[in-house]
Amino acid sequence: MSENKIDIARTRQVAKLARLALSEEELSQFSTQLSDILGYIEKLSEVDTESVEPLAHCLPVKNVFREDIVKPSLGTEKALANSPADDDEFFKVPKILDDGSGA
Amino acid sequence: MTNLDYKIIVGLEIHVQLATKTKMFCGCALSFGEDANSRVCPVCIGMPGALPVMNKQAVEFSLLAGLALNCEIPSFTKWDRKSYYYPDLPKNYQISQYDLPLNGTGFIEIPLEDGTSKRIRITRAHLEEDAGKNIHAGDAFSRVDLNRAGTPLLEIVTEPDLSSGTEVRALAIELQRIVRYLGISEADMQKGHMRFEPNINLAITKDGTEYRTPITEVKNLNSFRALQRSVEYEARRQLDEFIDTGKTMVMGNKSTYGWDDNRNVTVLQREKEEAHDYRYFPDPDLVPVEVDEKWLSKIKSRLCELPLQKQKRFVEQFGLSDYDAGVLTADKATAEFFDETVKAGAEAKRVCNLLTQIGLKLANEKNCSVAELGILPKALAKLCVMASEGQISASAAQTILVEMSGGENEPEKIAEEKNLLQKNDTGELEKIVDEVLANNPDAIAEVKAGGKKSKKASGFLMGQIIKATKGSANPQMAAKILSQKLGQ
Repeated sequence: MSENKIDIARTRQVAKLARLALSEEELSQFSTQLSDILGYIEKLSEVDTESVEPLAHCLPVKNVFREDIVKPSLGTEKALANSPADDDEFFKVPKILDDGSGA
Repeated sequence: MTNLDYKIIVGLEIHVQLATKTKMFCGCALSFGEDANSRVCPVCIGMPGALPVMNKQAVEFSLLAGLALNCEIPSFTKWDRKSYYYPDLPKNYQISQYDLPLNGTGFIEIPLEDGTSKRIRITRAHLEEDAGKNIHAGDAFSRVDLNRAGTPLLEIVTEPDLSSGTEVRALAIELQRIVRYLGISEADMQKGHMRFEPNINLAITKDGTEYRTPITEVKNLNSFRALQRSVEYEARRQLDEFIDTGKTMVMGNKSTYGWDDNRNVTVLQREKEEAHDYRYFPDPDLVPVEVDEKWLSKIKSRLCELPLQKQKRFVEQFGLSDYDAGVLTADKATAEFFDETVKAGAEAKRVCNLLTQIGLKLANEKNCSVAELGILPKALAKLCVMASEGQISASAAQTILVEMSGGENEPEKIAEEKNLLQKNDTGELEKIVDEVLANNPDAIAEVKAGGKKSKKASGFLMGQIIKATKGSANPQMAAKILSQKLGQ
């Protein structure tokens, strides 16, 4: 696979996500290396999977449901019992600066 | 001055909290306002070894929403883990759906101000669990409440087909009506049951070239008003920014803004790193869901006539104005109450007037729906018929309706007791008209003389007749007799 899948821009983005400061030279070097690695993995696509469904789960089981019936919860005291830090109401965690919630 | 034109482009990400009794994957009751961390169990606080089990009701609610949103429903769907590291997410991943959502592409019709409707494409609607809540008090710690963790959420994603704040608001209201009609969510925005996150940018045409401004996502919108305003504000802000800096969209420069409801502005929260690596992969703890025809048709049988269909039918079938039809279909109970009253023989427009002018006000005062006022559709129909036949006047009908909301369902009885029946007895009315005429020869002369004074004089005579019957004369009938007597 000679096709350069990971171009410089892509490499720069990956470096940014990984908090890596790379020089232009390094960007070019890693771009080639990452592309080579992907190219190697591409070998897998040589296998004929035409008639094979993707596997979502390894068990031949489906539709395992529960009825919408309330069961007792733990309650605050038990819920907090093993927490490293709490104030009897909330779990306490080191102060969060960036709201990284993705929900 | 350069030639500059622009279009607003908005797509929505919507989270709807489902009205199940329990959480998505455990039996903890859903909560609002309970003591922090009281409604939790090993599953929803992510204890090692605890296993999630799907809430069937949540899956069925989601499919019902998918059907109402005209979604393609695949026969096979599965669960994936979405990994991110944040204290409100006890497992360090959220159970969600990545490539095989419960509901595929669909569309929603939204009503526009001019009475037409617009079709907004739905990209997908999948089921996932909510995270907990972080509370930042300003000291060295953040506090975490996991009561909300595991609450079932339906995430609906639309295509960027919306082109104004008004349209975004219309979609939000329409979606609220739909999920409430279906009974699958309380859909209260203040309580966070429906969360809208618009993705906004502009297509600007400047001197013949088109530019796209960077996309912004706005969070923290807890009312329809805030939703509409945030879109309008962002459009202005982006236009200004483009004029100032010329900044355009490139991959990766999407940013998140928060809405400040006090100042009516959006505030930059963070520049988003595109391709946030969530490392999605199938959740081995949960088996796939397969939806067969039999199950789906059972769910389909729970569909009802949807609000916009109902609204359009009220306009076409009963000749109501679009506005009135919208008011009557705002909630399902009122719409059905109206429908039943008409079916029981009442004239639609009269029912509509009585309900919109009096009924809704009474319901508002009692903080309930019109259907819960204690008035039976049959009794209201009887009242309408009495008014249509001229037994009572329109204003008497309103008075009687107020009495009926006290639980008295016999309009005839109220009319009699309150002396509101109109005199339809022609003989008796004629006698009264004769008396009035005998006492007012001047007025008769003025009527006969014609001209400006004539109209005023006949109005005066009518007034005297109504007065003589203490308001119980049927005005149409009295007018007819009067004009006969005057030889007109």
